[in-house]
Amino acid sequence: MKQSRLGSWIALFIGTLYFVVPLAGTFEFSLRMRRGEYSFDAYRSVFADSAFQESFLFSCLMALATIVIGVLIVVPTAYWVQLRLRKLRPLIEFITLLPLVIPAIVIVFGYLRLYNSSSFLPMTAEIWSTNLLLAFSYVTLALPYMYRAVDTGLRSIDVRTLTEAAENLGAGWTTILFKVILPNVRTAILSGAFLTFAIVIGEFTMASLLNRPAFGPYLQLVGANRAYEPSALAVMAFVLTWACMGLINVFGRAKQIKHAP
Amino acid sequence: MDRLGCCWRPQAYPLAAYPSVVSGKMTQSQETMAPPSAASRLQLVQSAWAWVGVAPFLIFALMFLILPTLYLIVGGFQDPQGNFTLQNIFDLFTPSIMSAYWISIKVSGASAIVGAVIGFGLAYAVVMGGLPAWIRPTLMTFSGVASNFAGLPLAFAFLATLGRTGLVTVLLVKFFDVNIYATGFNLLSFWGLTLTYLYFQIPLMVLILTPALDGLKREWREASEILGASALQYWVHVAFPILWPSVLGCTLLLFANAFGAIATAYALTGSSLNIITILLYAQIRGDVLHNPNLGYALALGMIFITGLTNGAYIWLRGRSERWLR
Repeated sequence: MKQSRLGSWIALFIGTLYFVVPLAGTFEFSLRMRRGEYSFDAYRSVFADSAFQESFLFSCLMALATIVIGVLIVVPTAYWVQLRLRKLRPLIEFITLLPLVIPAIVIVFGYLRLYNSSSFLPMTAEIWSTNLLLAFSYVTLALPYMYRAVDTGLRSIDVRTLTEAAENLGAGWTTILFKVILPNVRTAILSGAFLTFAIVIGEFTMASLLNRPAFGPYLQLVGANRAYEPSALAVMAFVLTWACMGLINVFGRAKQIKHAP
Repeated sequence: MDRLGCCWRPQAYPLAAYPSVVSGKMTQSQETMAPPSAASRLQLVQSAWAWVGVAPFLIFALMFLILPTLYLIVGGFQDPQGNFTLQNIFDLFTPSIMSAYWISIKVSGASAIVGAVIGFGLAYAVVMGGLPAWIRPTLMTFSGVASNFAGLPLAFAFLATLGRTGLVTVLLVKFFDVNIYATGFNLLSFWGLTLTYLYFQIPLMVLILTPALDGLKREWREASEILGASALQYWVHVAFPILWPSVLGCTLLLFANAFGAIATAYALTGSSLNIITILLYAQIRGDVLHNPNLGYALALGMIFITGLTNGAYIWLRGRSERWLR
């Protein structure tokens, strides 16, 4: 028994080392910009770069659009499947898992062939429609996570009773969806949203191939041309990912406490 | 007005399985009065309306997920004039393309297997290693973060750590007089990429394997101990036969996860390590193969490999669910 516990500590030690050392290395490297002493010059340089501000804002707006479109597509579908089309559940679940099977680069390759400027639906011809296409591509990337989160949330509430009660009180379907169902799965939607944000914010392949000035292509450009800024950006990206996951945990726990007897 | 105009609200078509106190009696009398053909037509209309609810999702999936993929799959079997051909598939077996697939498979395979082994060790340590209780949620949160810390920032982090002037490289020279680059190590290589991928592979393994380990019941171990089994016998005859589908399934997921990745490799190695996603990226950008249809076949090959991996995963999950509920 004693021996097995030692093994556990060793496994944990190796895991922690693997997790912490690259972070420490990155942080240390990001402080090296000024010769001979540590400074935050690399961070200052990043924040002062107007391309950083613009691309980061662009990706934030993209993430927001992705979350809104994703919620509008996923929540009614998951609700409807739960309430009326249970036999469709395997099909819908299969479709939501497809983005894990089809690599992102293949999906965007298909977009470029199917929706290029000389096709029947020339979405890449205009900037606004390319942005829309990019948001749609991000919705497909986030689909497995978003659907799972919402579906789990819907399973934990009594969809049928809530719907019937609302109906008996004379509510229309928009009222049911937006005032009854949405508030009840708010926690699930929020965790799906933060995960979506973490996925979208640094995404490179789709933004780069659709030629949009997002944060991912900007990172690539900095990585290819600068020495210390990339590690500063990596530290910031890590903090951002951490914040997203932390928020998911906070909201998840709040719900658990509320539901505890 | 609302009642008539907005007829896809659920109230508009009460089903037998969905009785409503208010309208139940009326529906019943309607049903007995109406001839069978009308009733079946009503049912048809009802199910048609039910489909309307999932229509936006299905249209979206069709337009932005299924059709683009199908376009490439069909294109992979066509020549530039649009006639059916298997030539593109044969052309995949040229050395340059095969080596790209092969490097991708090797990197994904190595990072999946090593990630699975270390991830298993970690998951096992927190689930039944007798560690303090606070470690498990901490490790889970860490894993959630690290498994999502991929793409370009991950490449930057490893360049800053294990690059030629990275912290670990420098410290090793300073304190142990070991220059890892003199031993032939290179971050911009197969092992370098594998080592980098492990950063998200290990935590992903921890996240997806822990529920399976939770399903390993304490009673089974106790029962085998009471019957006089050694620890080894318990593992060989009880735990392993139950766990292997989960472990192998999770390993396959890690493989697929690494196989489709591009950003990390692109930032880390540029195009010096020609993995399949980087080749496809170059093909999309500039038709480096000088044959668009061969590009489609390239994508088709990727879907084939990830599809096979996921298919095997689903089959294994079905097996593992027999015991682990």
